[in-house]
Amino acid sequence: MARLELQHLRKQFAPHVIPVKDISLTVEDGEFLTLLGPSGCGKSTLLRLVAGLDQPTHGQVIVGGTDLTFQPPGDRNMAMVFQSYALYPHMTVAENISASLKIRKVAASEIQQRIGVVSEKLGLNHLLDRKPGKLSGGQRQRVALARALVRNPEVFLLDEPLSNLDALLREQVREELKQIFNAQNKPVVYVTHDQTEAMTLSSKVAVLLDGMVQQLDPPSRIYTHPANRFVAGFVGSPQMNFLELNCENSMARVGAFSIPVPTEVGERSQIDLGIRPEDLRLAQADETPTFRGRVTLVENFGREQLVTVQVAATTTKIRMVIPPDQEWDEQDIAVVLEPAKIHWFDSKTGDRVTSSVA
Amino acid sequence: MIHQPDPALLTLVFLTIMTAQNTTTPPKKIPTQRILLWVGVALMLLFCLAPVLWQILTSFKTNPAISAIPTVYIPNGDQLTIAHYFSLGNEFLRYILNSFLVSLVSTVVCLAVGAPAAYALARLKIPGEQIVLAIVLVVSLFPYVLLFLGLLEIVKAAGLGNNYLALIVPYTAINLPLTILVLRSFFQQLPKDLEDSAKIDGYQTVPMLLQIVLPMTIPALVTTGILTFIFAWNEFIFALTFITRSELQTIPIAVAKLGGASVFEIPYGPIAAATVLGTIPLVLLVLFFQRRIVQGITAGAVKG
Amino acid sequence: MPMTPDTRRQRESRTGWILMTPALMILALVFAYPILRAFWLSTFTQNLGTQLNAEFSGLTNYARLIGDSRFWQSLWNTSLFTAFSISLELLIGLVFALILNQTFRGRGLVRTVALIPWALPTAVMGLAWAWIFNDQFGVVNDLLIRLGFIQERITWLGEPTRAMLALICADVWKTTPFIAILLLAGLQSIPGDLYEAHAIDGASPWQSFRHITLPLIAPQILIALLFRFAQSFGIFDLVQVMTGGGPAGATETVSIYIYATVRRYLDFGYGAALVVVTFLILIVAVLLTAGLLSKTRVNLTGD
Repeated sequence: MARLELQHLRKQFAPHVIPVKDISLTVEDGEFLTLLGPSGCGKSTLLRLVAGLDQPTHGQVIVGGTDLTFQPPGDRNMAMVFQSYALYPHMTVAENISASLKIRKVAASEIQQRIGVVSEKLGLNHLLDRKPGKLSGGQRQRVALARALVRNPEVFLLDEPLSNLDALLREQVREELKQIFNAQNKPVVYVTHDQTEAMTLSSKVAVLLDGMVQQLDPPSRIYTHPANRFVAGFVGSPQMNFLELNCENSMARVGAFSIPVPTEVGERSQIDLGIRPEDLRLAQADETPTFRGRVTLVENFGREQLVTVQVAATTTKIRMVIPPDQEWDEQDIAVVLEPAKIHWFDSKTGDRVTSSVA
Repeated sequence: MIHQPDPALLTLVFLTIMTAQNTTTPPKKIPTQRILLWVGVALMLLFCLAPVLWQILTSFKTNPAISAIPTVYIPNGDQLTIAHYFSLGNEFLRYILNSFLVSLVSTVVCLAVGAPAAYALARLKIPGEQIVLAIVLVVSLFPYVLLFLGLLEIVKAAGLGNNYLALIVPYTAINLPLTILVLRSFFQQLPKDLEDSAKIDGYQTVPMLLQIVLPMTIPALVTTGILTFIFAWNEFIFALTFITRSELQTIPIAVAKLGGASVFEIPYGPIAAATVLGTIPLVLLVLFFQRRIVQGITAGAVKG
Repeated sequence: MPMTPDTRRQRESRTGWILMTPALMILALVFAYPILRAFWLSTFTQNLGTQLNAEFSGLTNYARLIGDSRFWQSLWNTSLFTAFSISLELLIGLVFALILNQTFRGRGLVRTVALIPWALPTAVMGLAWAWIFNDQFGVVNDLLIRLGFIQERITWLGEPTRAMLALICADVWKTTPFIAILLLAGLQSIPGDLYEAHAIDGASPWQSFRHITLPLIAPQILIALLFRFAQSFGIFDLVQVMTGGGPAGATETVSIYIYATVRRYLDFGYGAALVVVTFLILIVAVLLTAGLLSKTRVNLTGD
């Protein structure tokens, strides 16, 4: 059993440069944890702390109950896949894959056997004698993966491994990654800024901002129950609509229209409302719309249309997804907002104030 | 193919003929540009090659042809000879060998000593590295004449007069600033991921430097080595001061001595032949490594 | 071995110093010691008059230097040589760089050829230039006569002004390629769309050159100036081989004078004082240029 625990990790470079402030996480065997966040959120620094490439200012890195905080990276039995792949350009593919085993004085016959298994799995058999310079981007990526897998490490670390691939290949490799690491049954820590990768690959996602974990949850819950405005805005595309509203008597006001605020939110004078574009729809003929407005922009994605609506008599704009075949009145569009799909956030802290969204 | 008027080229035209009307006549512009460019290229080639070619020509002319008035530009068969080359004798090969030995050894030492320093300055966090860097930069600007007095004392005290070491050590030193600057800029461009990856693979510092970093550094070492070799080959004042025994002299000194050897008649032919022989290795280096030399010069000067 | 962050940083720093030590030792031996030694020695009189024994004499050597017209003459010669050769080199080097920055057939070959003067030994090519400027058989005289500029063969290296001219000529030939290479690197780093945008804005080529090319290669120009100033100020081999400082000291540069003081007159103390003063002049000039350089860099990034 090799559970990875991070306890109160902090990395401070200068008095006001603190890429990782205070992060505690646990990744169990077979768990796939994604560190998701915009650039500068501290996710790569955190990964380097785990790998031992940087030293934390304080906090501990523990694997299988052993404190590795002060171990050099080579002694941690972790494998890492780099964004740039970091293949040794002067070594063949086989040499690249076996470099770490040779250092650990693994017997030559076993090295051969392990290279064979890994290259078979990743389809690298015919490339073993080539130098990385002669490989395509996708092939290099596989070699980098093979180099990590062949070590059979206790923990896998992956730093944006897909970001140097073109879009088509990325989708294909994403699926393969999922299968490969499902079979490993080891803690995997995966860094990305791409929410699709985070949602599809992970068993758990940690959304990071300013060196702090904003939310740690399974992907589906990150989507349905964003812990704060930042997470809600960062995950989901097209982005969630946010309305900063005044409240009176448990009713939030949008121009002339009112939206009931759930009782558990309590009495407030101001509240932030979040609603995903796919959770809005056109009102049926016999339905009371939440609000009416006028269409200011239509973006057709083929599969759907993204329509921007300006709420009547306000400057507030809301974007909504509408099936491609549906028609509407440009000047007077009636929109329904499912109360159950609304996310409520504190207008000051940005934190979620309800937990009841289905 | 459509020819786009090239602004930089137009500028060149401008600089050359200094007239403003040029831009107002677009249709005529393109041929004029090309002609001016080729004239410029021709003048440049002439500028760079003429003295060398003249020396080569002189080295093959007989003495009467050399001292003929008016000057002979296209010698006939009777006016050509290779005697000047033979007149230099075997000792000249010795000089070439001396130069080669001193330059090669100092280059190797310089790289061996400079590369680790450059790596440390590029990659490691060292308190005081900015100061070291500034010193290296300033030192690269010192004229050697400021050093030879002190070095002369050291050479005398250590009994190194007429010893190759008296040249190898200073040559190593004068090439160190350039070596450190060029290699440092190279190491900075080297992706750090590779070293991180090596650390995770379990390499210790020294094996990592030797097995991962060094193989990738070879092109930069070659580039730097060519520059240091050329500088060592061409050095004059130390060689003039520290080596007095004729059989240990390097090429620049040997050729210069040839010029001052005879009071009555200066042996122009042999001097020219010596010039040609003494510079052939350098010309070959330039021909084969033009690209690397340019890289080295710019890396050493610009990326400081 | 487990380590705390502190010991790890200390170890990194120690590794760094270990890696730098051999290089720093050699630099100290060949650069620092001679300069410091010159400062020390310059307060002694050590010449044939003292039978080459060092006798402390305070600032006597510096007092002598102030009244030494030969030193001031050599300083003037050096400045003259430096000013003229560097200006010409910069001008021609810029033209060369602009030419080499064009695309034309055989450009690689032309670039190679342009490197040749830079690579050849100055002392050896100095002899070649002495031959070219030879009074009797020199090709310069012959060409000038053929072109009708002069009637009679004239003295070059034996006449003060023309000897200086010949030296500058040889130096320009030798070092223009270096400047051209530096400036070419600068030109190549300017994105082409800058020119296109400027041209669309209606700028003439001359304006593009003034407002884009020159400001953007200003750092390279200054770096070239810095390097060339230091080299030119310490010029030795070319002068030694071509004129030996003559005629009558007309081309004697500071380094020729230092060398003669030490090697010919065996006046070590005074030689050391000359070294010190030259060193200080150079340092001041370098600091000024470096200051200017850091300013242009700031300007460029601030734009």
